[in-house]
Amino acid sequence: MTELVIDVRDLHKKFGERHVVKSLSLQVSRGEICGFLGANGSGKTTTIRMLCGLLAPDSGEGTCLEHDIRREAAQIRRQTGYMTQKFSYYEDLTAKENLELVAGVYEMHDQKAAVRDIMERMNLGRYENQLAGHLSGGWKQRLALAACVLHRPKLLLLDEPTAGVDAKARREFWDLIHDMASEGLTVLVSTHYMDEAERCNRIVYLADGHIVVQGSADEVVNSAGLVVYEAIGDRVDEVSRRIRRAPGVEAAAVFGHALRIAGADRAALQRAIDSFPEFSWHETEPRLEDVFIHQLAAKETPQ
Amino acid sequence: MNGISFKRLYALLRKEWIQVRRDPMTLRLIIALPVMQLFLFGYAINTNPHNLPTGLLVSEPTKYERAIVTALQNTGYYDIKLYSSEADAERALVTGEALFVINVPPNFDRSVDRGEQPSILIDADATDPSAIGNATAALGAVANVLARDLPPNQQPQPTSTPFQFVVHARYNPEQLTVLNVVPGLICVVLTMSTLLMTTLSITRERERGTMENLIAMPVQPIEIMLAKVVPFIGIGYLQTITILLVSAVVFHLPIRGSVPLLLLALGLFIAGNLALGLTFSTVSSNQMQAQQLAQFSLLPSLILSGFIFPFRGMPIWAQWLGELLPTTHAIRIVRSLLLKGNGAAAIAPELWPIAAFTLVVMGVAVWFYRETLD
Repeated sequence: MTELVIDVRDLHKKFGERHVVKSLSLQVSRGEICGFLGANGSGKTTTIRMLCGLLAPDSGEGTCLEHDIRREAAQIRRQTGYMTQKFSYYEDLTAKENLELVAGVYEMHDQKAAVRDIMERMNLGRYENQLAGHLSGGWKQRLALAACVLHRPKLLLLDEPTAGVDAKARREFWDLIHDMASEGLTVLVSTHYMDEAERCNRIVYLADGHIVVQGSADEVVNSAGLVVYEAIGDRVDEVSRRIRRAPGVEAAAVFGHALRIAGADRAALQRAIDSFPEFSWHETEPRLEDVFIHQLAAKETPQ
Repeated sequence: MNGISFKRLYALLRKEWIQVRRDPMTLRLIIALPVMQLFLFGYAINTNPHNLPTGLLVSEPTKYERAIVTALQNTGYYDIKLYSSEADAERALVTGEALFVINVPPNFDRSVDRGEQPSILIDADATDPSAIGNATAALGAVANVLARDLPPNQQPQPTSTPFQFVVHARYNPEQLTVLNVVPGLICVVLTMSTLLMTTLSITRERERGTMENLIAMPVQPIEIMLAKVVPFIGIGYLQTITILLVSAVVFHLPIRGSVPLLLLALGLFIAGNLALGLTFSTVSSNQMQAQQLAQFSLLPSLILSGFIFPFRGMPIWAQWLGELLPTTHAIRIVRSLLLKGNGAAAIAPELWPIAAFTLVVMGVAVWFYRETLD
């Protein structure tokens, strides 16, 4: 049996009248990269905050790193790195001073060496004396990552770490995360990017405080049983508007000259494309994004 | 995680120190604010104004005029200018060009010579009573001035009184406004900087989202609070010493009591303000709210503490409110130590109200802090 780093059951959290997290159970094993997906307001940030003891759940229980999330928040925090959605280090301190603060607060033994090592690993060397507020988005993110892995945590909670960062910086960021996971670090990361979701070992999709689907990217795609057709043509925008209303079509989206429609009911979808014979349709592999749109559509129109 | 860790505290203090140092505006304000106020109060404000513009209206030439004008000018309060018509004099009073108009009535010489004791009417602009108060009080001595010019049979009989009052103006014999203001200024500047700046520095962490990160790290709330508070104690003392130095060198402020005792008492006062600042920052959700709360409390500290207006001049209920404010007691302590040269025994009655205030407010801060953490 694999060692569970996160093991929580039936978590609930309400803010006033809003029930933000509903009966959430989650198991993540050591060394796993678990992707947290879901629309804005689906409860990702609240769940992450409950896992590291920043918020107490209304009901439900569980452990993080074998410590109770209610009673032993302090022990969990010592071994966890939490990267907030918004940059939350000090913009009027230099990169190095921010890292020194973190090293001091975690009472590390050889603080100077730890700061030097992490800056080398994250390639932050040439920015060490620059104010964090003057760094570009990508480097800020990297500084934040450096700061939350500085104390060598066993669990990393990343809340939309790459929002607003360019593609190259995102790719490098994920390479670092994979490096660290291969050394045994467990990572829970929330994201809106499908390419990032595909780089996770496991995807957990949240909607309205519930876990809707979870599994590896392939599992999630296959379990949805989605049929996707694609066609290339000139009047795709207009056709997309009309075909969207056809029964059985759950989503229709235009990508350049290509029109992509998806639905669970193969027969209905077949009838829909037959009414546009001027296009040459062909069936294609469903993608993660199709699945999530499908999930959302399924929630909005309960059958 | 139990107890305060000095390693963590040191890391937090270092961060606070860098932040204060890197904010040139804050640093300049810390020194410039008290020095500027000191010079404004020292040179610009005078609660005993002299040489007030005065109009003289004489309906016919009079032989006593010169003696009276000279006597008025000699009091130092009046700067006299002749007006030719009643309309001109009235206009001067209306526009504020003159604060007083002296009306010498017709037949003044004859009335005086006949011993009729005529009146000279002085119109005074009483919109600001404190501006003209001392000038009108000085008039009493002027009426005797004509004695030498009168024939012997008209001389007023020297009145003999069974006793007389002799005033001995102690502690500030020249009655200089600046000596009254400096002690108050020390307290008000301390209130402004310690209260306002701690309040802002904590709400700023919350507003910028850095507080979430700080709480997610293994720090104790008390360590965050201490790290926020300690730099401002230092800054408070820096300001106190600046004010004392400038006042002593430029305004010849006497420092009669013990300076260590003064600094010790002010330490308690600073603690009270910091406690209030912590409370404000825990109950408000952003810098704007915190600032409004701090300003809301600053106004009574300025007005009810005896800093600007005489404490004894307030109605009893306002005096009671004033007694609740630490600033009131701190001002008394500083005046007592600096001007009167008193010792520890004399200021003890003013110390315990500040200590009580600090404890109560600190309790409120701790109580609210526990609530907001979760």
